[in-house]
Amino acid sequence: MTVHTTSPQFKQNATRALGDAQLQKALGNVKQGFIDKRQKAAEALPEFEALRDSARDIKNHTLEHLDLYLEAYEEKVTASGGHVHFARNAEDAREIILGICREAGAKTVTKGKSMISEEIGINHHLEAHGIRPVETDLGEYIIQLRNEMPSHIIAPAVHLNATQVEQDFRRVHRHLDAKRDLSEPVQLLTEARSVLRERFLAADVGITGANFLVAETGTSIIVTNEGNGDLTQILPKTHIVLASIEKLVPTLEDVSQLLRVLARSATGQELSVYTTFSTGPRRSGDADGPENYHVVILDNGRSSMLGTSFEEMLRCIRCGACMNHCPVYHAVGGHAYGWVYPGPMGAVLTPSLIGVDKAGHLPNASTFCGRCESVCPVRIPLPKLMRHWREREFERHLTPATVRSGLNLWGFFAKRPALYRLATRAAMGAMGLAGRRHGRFAWLPMAKGWTKHRDFPAPQGETFQARWQRERKDKTA
Amino acid sequence: MSARDDFLASIRRSLGVKGNEAIRRQIVTERLERAPRGIVPARGQVSGEERIALFKTMAEASLATVTEVASPTEVPQSIALFLRNHNLPATLRMGDDPRLAAMPWTETTLEIAHGPSEGTDLNAVTHAFGGVAETGTVALVSGHENPSTLNFLPDNHIVVVSAKDIASDYESVWNRVRFAYGKGSMPRTVNWITGPSRSGDIEQTLLLGAHGPRRLHIVVVRD
Ligand code: SF4
Repeated sequence: MTVHTTSPQFKQNATRALGDAQLQKALGNVKQGFIDKRQKAAEALPEFEALRDSARDIKNHTLEHLDLYLEAYEEKVTASGGHVHFARNAEDAREIILGICREAGAKTVTKGKSMISEEIGINHHLEAHGIRPVETDLGEYIIQLRNEMPSHIIAPAVHLNATQVEQDFRRVHRHLDAKRDLSEPVQLLTEARSVLRERFLAADVGITGANFLVAETGTSIIVTNEGNGDLTQILPKTHIVLASIEKLVPTLEDVSQLLRVLARSATGQELSVYTTFSTGPRRSGDADGPENYHVVILDNGRSSMLGTSFEEMLRCIRCGACMNHCPVYHAVGGHAYGWVYPGPMGAVLTPSLIGVDKAGHLPNASTFCGRCESVCPVRIPLPKLMRHWREREFERHLTPATVRSGLNLWGFFAKRPALYRLATRAAMGAMGLAGRRHGRFAWLPMAKGWTKHRDFPAPQGETFQARWQRERKDKTA
Repeated sequence: MSARDDFLASIRRSLGVKGNEAIRRQIVTERLERAPRGIVPARGQVSGEERIALFKTMAEASLATVTEVASPTEVPQSIALFLRNHNLPATLRMGDDPRLAAMPWTETTLEIAHGPSEGTDLNAVTHAFGGVAETGTVALVSGHENPSTLNFLPDNHIVVVSAKDIASDYESVWNRVRFAYGKGSMPRTVNWITGPSRSGDIEQTLLLGAHGPRRLHIVVVRD
């Protein structure tokens, strides 16, 4: 664990967020923007629900055969002239990336949006070694200027208003006329475009994430609306792709299925503007493109989720729909979650990656309304997995005080009438939906279902527990 | 143990496998070989005029502009007109795609430059590998014929696509890529482009022209 976490202080974070008028105004944009757009896009495609099943199945299949698909992928990348590096943890990944940057003699590095780069804290590491990282996604650029973490996985600066961005630009872009007009968002965009254009052209290395990796062809895929990821990867001499193990899919057909649900779930677009498939470095005769192509594949705790009930979380394609539809996220925003991944997906993933001792509060940051699961394109049972974390916390014999603080958190939400109403309304909607489709929502009713499981965690079965124990031993051995 | 072996071993330990199970290997090999199609939406499954009309509707919904010409010889005039109508300078950068090279550019007053962009060009044209009617997407492949920088650096990106290359769905484009480059191989870059560059990062307001082109103009060649 490298990036500082304030997850243990979730409650204090949340209290502060609820009292922050500016933040509350900005969060209004999440509620208004994303929900309607996703719904319209889903309704415009009759096959949408079937595609969600297909997306889930592809991810499950890949995870079950992950070792073999990784080998096949590596072989293809190597055959196309690229290099694959395996990073077991954040430290491995940072050293590998620093090594590649040094080899390239890099002074500046441009970066496409990558949540994993936040997870491993690469920016600070590069800075500490005299290399300047420049975020190029507009939202990431803004939060880099503010030295903040993203508050949303697809809209990193969603917690900010335009006037705050204006102040930051005036503070940092000192070389520009102090009297310039920045009152319109489009003026802010134009300014960022021209400042960053110079950075793109000057960069020695470009680092991007990957939405998917394709085993069939050794291809990495990025999806953006701005085009910043493409300028990051085609202009510098060296392109580094940073991806975690669960990005793998077997074939181009499989990734086409996933792409059909990704943008619709994320922003309600039919497809994002730029979907880019990159395979190896520049070919002989090519007029542009990187001369070196590296892929750093990160584990960082994910492999120990395989074979457990948390394996389902590894289906996540980072669309952000779960947080866009979450009443708790709407109320407190992303920073309250205290680490890289916010919202329902963060509440499940964060304890897996940084430990339930640090992030044990997060799975309680839920009203169990079920909306997240009802919109998740790969059908991750997020409420169930949050419940599993609480059960595990119980079984790990954490102190009664810690367990009680979970209850306190519930009380915290229940005591805030506006939030409670919101959550209840959401629960009704989700129950209707879930009831129609699955005919099961025994766990949904709020206080009852929650307290029941809080008091009497259902046993998870021998295999799961045994495996967990064994893995703990393997790790310490 | 190397980091790589260690990495794979920890995945195998969690999955409870050794990695040499014949059945698992066979399942993976077959899937990679057969690349089965999943669910392909009915929307794109139309042909002829209907497919081109769908492509146009979807591309316009993504805020691209689309125009049709009857033959390749009409492309230069059509592009000159587009630039004039938007009060843009009569300059144009392109690669050495033979389909573009064969067009009568000298019949226009356009000032033509060749090769990749260095970031100062206002206008560029590239020839698409194909299009996808389902979402109004154009698919471009990298190479000296159509350098990738031309798709991203200029303010105005013009894409020429042959009507016969507009497919119903993504899967049909992959079939053509496999036919052209060999199964399991890819050009360095395939760009799917659906509309002009945009950002919603400031207060969720949609703004065009974030880092890539502010305009995407598609010329469909009917011939
Ligand atoms: S958990 Fe599901 S809804 Fe949430 S980001 Fe991941 S894929 Fe999207």
